[in-house]
Amino acid sequence: MKPRHKRFAFIGLGLLVLGVATVLILNAFQSNLVFFFTPTQVASGEVPQGRSFRIGGMVEDGSLVRENDGLTVRFIVTDTAKRVPVTYKGILPDLFKEGKGAVAQGKLNADGTFIASEVLAKHDENYMPPEAAEALAKAKASGAQQSKSLIVPQGRQGSL
Amino acid sequence: MSIGINWLKYSSPQAFYPLAGRLIPWFACAAVALMGVGLYMGFFVAPTDFQQGEAYRIIFVHVPAAWMSMFLYVVMAVWAGIGMGLNARLSFMMAQAIAPTGAMFTFLALLTGAMWGKPTWGAWWVWDARLTSELILLFQYAGVMLLRTSIDDVRRADRASAVFALVGVVNVPIIYFSVQWWNTLHQGASVSMATGSKMASTMLTAMLLMTVAFWLYSIAVILARVRCVMIERESLPVWNDDEKPAVIQEVVEAR
Repeated sequence: MKPRHKRFAFIGLGLLVLGVATVLILNAFQSNLVFFFTPTQVASGEVPQGRSFRIGGMVEDGSLVRENDGLTVRFIVTDTAKRVPVTYKGILPDLFKEGKGAVAQGKLNADGTFIASEVLAKHDENYMPPEAAEALAKAKASGAQQSKSLIVPQGRQGSL
Repeated sequence: MSIGINWLKYSSPQAFYPLAGRLIPWFACAAVALMGVGLYMGFFVAPTDFQQGEAYRIIFVHVPAAWMSMFLYVVMAVWAGIGMGLNARLSFMMAQAIAPTGAMFTFLALLTGAMWGKPTWGAWWVWDARLTSELILLFQYAGVMLLRTSIDDVRRADRASAVFALVGVVNVPIIYFSVQWWNTLHQGASVSMATGSKMASTMLTAMLLMTVAFWLYSIAVILARVRCVMIERESLPVWNDDEKPAVIQEVVEAR
């Protein structure tokens, strides 16, 4: 083995060891690296108690209610398995919509309502012209109209 | 070794210097032309997005810049590794020349990301895994450059910054896969080898044109910078009669 082969082997080995170490470290910190908790995690008590944290999920269709003061909003965040009611006083981002993703920062109060101090909209990775989105929505609606109307709840807030 | 063009010839700065000088105008012109076409397609041909409206158009700068920031780091680390293995001067010089351009693209990705985040998410900055790891990449570029300038002996500076660059390469897969491994506010990849594209085709074309333009720009700028590095470092013979020796003379006097 020539000296330069030895050096390359040394570099390769070093990178390999480093890579394995990084994987182990990231695995150990897995739970600290999440940006938000899901409603299922909230329901199973995996969230920090009495401390501010973030929850994320879809804003349930038809769940958005504005109070009379025009600033306070209530909505339900869901991951389709569990639902968490959220109250927020402030201005919502433009992309905040029912049926779209959102992340809220705040605390859980005693009756299980999430009191948010900040709400962020989470958009997805799909980009298309509005006409294409419309066509897509139409195609979906013709196939899944009935099942969808079953999921949307009629009683809106305070049901949890 | 001597089949066709002898590539190893260009591993000596002396031969590489005039070659780089000849290549720069081609890459620079192609970069400007493609950037023009890419920006035109991005702003005038590509359709408005169905949910983000016009704000999404920052993607034509943001995504190519973010790709380049990661790609250039890997290229820098590869040159650093080759330099360590072969003790090759030119490799270290290339690594040195790449760092500022990589840092520039990282900064550009962070800046355009902030400008995009405010109208869509509602925040300039959040500490999610994607944004944080990209910020760390900026610090890594800064670290590589600072480490080099803080050591006077060129050979030791080369080795130290090469080790730094190689160690830091673990962050690149973390940035790339962060949106898959953890839940983040940043959306997932729109374009990937595995699942193809989730964009309208004209949007994708504009974005890829901009990516190629950024590649060409990077090559032109890095070649120009590596020539400067050579002049700074070498014992300065006049390699090319076309080049004015006055520039070199100035450098000598400055030292």
